Amino acid sequence: MAVERLFKDEATEEKGERARMASFVGAMAIADLVKTTLGPKGMDKILQSTGRGHSVTVTNDGATILKSLHIDNPAAKVLIDISKVQDDEVGDGTTSVVVLAGELLREAEKLVATKIHPMTIISGYRMAADCARSALLERVMDNKEDAEKFRSDLMKIAMTTLSSKILSQDKEHFATLAVDAVMRLKGSTNLESIQIIKKAGGSLKDSFLDEGFILDKKIGLGQPKRIENANILVANTAMDTDKVKIYGARVRVDSMAKVAQIEGAEKEKMREKVQKIIGHGINCFVNRQLIYNFPEELFADAGILAIEHADFDGIERLALVTGGEIASTFDNPESVKLGHCKLIEEIMIGEDKLIHFSGVEMGQACTIVLRGASFHVLDEAERSLHDALCVLSQTVNDSRVLLGGGWPEMVMAKAVDELARKTPGKKSHAIDAFSRALLAIPTTIADNAGLDSAELIAQLRAEHHKENSNAGIDVITGSVGDMGELGISEAFKVKQAVLLSATEAAEMILRVDEIITCAPRRREDRM
Amino acid sequence: MALAFDEYGRPFIILREQESKSRLRGLDAQKSNIAAGVAVSRILRTSLGPKGMDKMLQSPDGDITITNDGATILEQMDVDNQIGKLMVELSRSQDYEIGDGTTGVVVMAGALLEQAERLLERGIHPIRVAEGFEISSRIAVDHLEQIAHKFDFSATNIEPLVQTCMTTLSSKIVNRCKRSLAEIAVKGVMAVADLERKDVNLDLIKVEGKVGGKLEDTELIYGIIVDKDMSHPQMPKQIEDAKIAILTCPFEPPKPKTKHKVDIDTVEKFQTLREQEKKYFDDMVQRCKDVGATLVICQWGFDDEANHLLMHRNLPAVRWVGGVELELIAIATGGRIVPRFQELTPEKLGKAGLVREKAFGTTKDRMLYIEHCANSKAVTVFIRGGNKMMIEETKRSIHDALCVARNLIRNNSIVYGGGAAEISCSIAVEAAADKYPGVEQYAIRAFADALDSVPMALAENSGLQPIETVSAVKAQQIKENNPCCGIDCNDAGTNDMREQNVFETLIGKQQQILLATQVVKMILKIDDVISPSEY
Repeated sequence: MAVERLFKDEATEEKGERARMASFVGAMAIADLVKTTLGPKGMDKILQSTGRGHSVTVTNDGATILKSLHIDNPAAKVLIDISKVQDDEVGDGTTSVVVLAGELLREAEKLVATKIHPMTIISGYRMAADCARSALLERVMDNKEDAEKFRSDLMKIAMTTLSSKILSQDKEHFATLAVDAVMRLKGSTNLESIQIIKKAGGSLKDSFLDEGFILDKKIGLGQPKRIENANILVANTAMDTDKVKIYGARVRVDSMAKVAQIEGAEKEKMREKVQKIIGHGINCFVNRQLIYNFPEELFADAGILAIEHADFDGIERLALVTGGEIASTFDNPESVKLGHCKLIEEIMIGEDKLIHFSGVEMGQACTIVLRGASFHVLDEAERSLHDALCVLSQTVNDSRVLLGGGWPEMVMAKAVDELARKTPGKKSHAIDAFSRALLAIPTTIADNAGLDSAELIAQLRAEHHKENSNAGIDVITGSVGDMGELGISEAFKVKQAVLLSATEAAEMILRVDEIITCAPRRREDRM
Repeated sequence: MALAFDEYGRPFIILREQESKSRLRGLDAQKSNIAAGVAVSRILRTSLGPKGMDKMLQSPDGDITITNDGATILEQMDVDNQIGKLMVELSRSQDYEIGDGTTGVVVMAGALLEQAERLLERGIHPIRVAEGFEISSRIAVDHLEQIAHKFDFSATNIEPLVQTCMTTLSSKIVNRCKRSLAEIAVKGVMAVADLERKDVNLDLIKVEGKVGGKLEDTELIYGIIVDKDMSHPQMPKQIEDAKIAILTCPFEPPKPKTKHKVDIDTVEKFQTLREQEKKYFDDMVQRCKDVGATLVICQWGFDDEANHLLMHRNLPAVRWVGGVELELIAIATGGRIVPRFQELTPEKLGKAGLVREKAFGTTKDRMLYIEHCANSKAVTVFIRGGNKMMIEETKRSIHDALCVARNLIRNNSIVYGGGAAEISCSIAVEAAADKYPGVEQYAIRAFADALDSVPMALAENSGLQPIETVSAVKAQQIKENNPCCGIDCNDAGTNDMREQNVFETLIGKQQQILLATQVVKMILKIDDVISPSEY
């Protein structure tokens, strides 16, 4: 007797071949979607949000594209997740990881069709991934000792990363910006201390790195516009009416006179607070929360520059650059650490007035001001720069460097090919497939650049047959070139993460032989 | 349906709205129940063993789980059928009790049900079948006891434990680094185990995961990791020889539970209240400082002002730490959880050698490590992996491995895996069957057949010829009188499980057989299913 209903009404179940097909197709569709953005001649995508305003994003960044997709296919979700993780972990290679995983699955599909068990494929892939990784490890370069060379490595990496983005026209300029900013961090990976301010107008070339700190705020009315040798108090405190925080307290009065009295007391309290703040011997006060008119006026009277409503990150960065502490109580002026800087002044960028803190004590933080023709350009520029900064900061910690332009893939493919020849049994088919999947990345780069990929890859292979070849695809001239001479480099950490997470994801999807989808939770539709 | 009539010829209503309820009785009911149970077990069958496949489950909210763990699959499967739910419960109770073998138990139950159906068709009364199964399960459990080996391990020699955990892990996606994970699990369990009492409190092992990095980076930390950071960005990121005050009261003015109102009607009152408020904050921070704390861990939030005061007095603090983590910290550092500031004394502080904040990746993720604790009896397994699903699956696998290690510490008897134990039981049950007069004999034979289904599924999943392989192994077991022959899933070239080092715990196996039999008995005893109509 057949079971009538095992699952809830809308739950579906897919088994065996069908399940595998569903996940292969989903994963490959995702990989094909972002495939065209790969490489220096990759194309961008326009994303229109379904939210209010139908805002538009133009981007080349794999993670950004995938994040904005609404996907129902479970296997596709796995790929999106690895791309997201790649973004969080190393910042770059978000497209490559998806393309590689997609290719691995495409090859796996062919193998499954020839009746090779998924578990055999997985064990082959694992061997291949290990082999590929050790092949890369053998060829890494580490120039940590030599500061000069290391800097040029960083420059190369930054230029390689940026070359696939909208910033490629001015990549040298931006690479210098990014390297300078990251070198200032002195080994920390805390990218929060690099502030990126976007201002529309001007051209991308006008973007610059500022050693000081720029706060996107205006100076209060009637307050000094320029302060030299500023003592800054960075605070997070309520400068509107202070509430009484004791639970259950409320004001209850029986006459207008008393209201006035209490109001007076409140005002007095505020005055006291302001006096205390002024008592710190400061001439600049930056608060995270609002400053009401009354205290602002008091500050203006005392000749103190008061800046209100700086956002949380701004406050933290300001505290970081000026070396002050974020204060919330003001009773012990002698022990609160004040921030210092040489000069505070109002500057104009484009149409907007900004406050510029220069000559700060701690050199760690800095600000990059991006200029560009439109918001979309600026947004994309910010994402690209962020990618470059991420990669650089990771490289500072793990200084191993590889060549770029499809070189690492060729090196890996060669090693994996050799492994395949040595391995007896069905696994060798899977290992072979792995090397084909690796080759797909340079192929895609060449295809996207409009080059004859088959010809180029064949040349590359021949070139790599020699020991220690530096050959890779030179997209600009459309031929095989020496990557070492062309100065195209990539961070080892990124490549390793791409290799490992793509293999892991492919393995995960391959192991599945059944997909059970639960009935979607009912939501109250407001539409 | 027979109806009773009253004196006027009206039928008595026994079931309300009789017509709209569907009702199955007798053999039909049993058969439909069996079919449902078998359907559930068939889903899990392919997940069994080292070459078993995973299942991908999409939750009602669209989240994806990829897993090989029977209990997890069933729990998330959205089963609607009543008998299906029984099977889910079955797997869950194996999970609670033993932690491993959750797939095996369901496959076993499914096989028993299949056998029972055949017997029912031949007209054997369900209760007799159930009794036969009961007898045979007792035989099987006793037999397991006989073939079980004691194996020795000590705090210094953990190798046998690692081997057993590796067997458990080899069926999961993490089998790439099963060796290191098994070592982590065993070391973790050994760190918290009470070897005298032979007990392990698994609550003391925290399993924390963070995406990014690779699986090989997974590590065991003799201490606690909390997914929190310091409350103030400028507090020190590293504290040595920390004295930790563990608080469950917020750094805020107290909120009395009784309803009250403080009325402000004069300026004086307004001012006293303000003074009072300031004093509260000052007192709280001062009290922590006075007892000598160098780190405050609090379950609740802080007011901005309190936060600054803490920072100002050089007292780092962590806020919004969950209750479970708080308890673990208290255990690890030997401190006491303090519910009120007034009760804070130096003795109640916890001690840790090193507390540090560590940043991950390019985002703002930070975690707090508390290490070198006074009492190292709490450990954390910190998992890294390529994506979220991987981490979740690794967590489940580590949990299984931890459970296995715990079971071995409780009872160090093992049986051999790879289906060897089942085949051996099957032979024993088969032999015992002839001694029983009566109809039960058939049920006992059927039980023996059902036991074969686990090795059968193992062989099938490994791409071997199931019937050929199992019968060959069975013959070998009888000929050599060796209960260690099993299915050679990994192509290792031998089917002696002793050589392959494939072990399972005795109690795990016994529990599987007992639980499966119980559920089958329950299902067989049902002869009437009344379900409400569609609504």
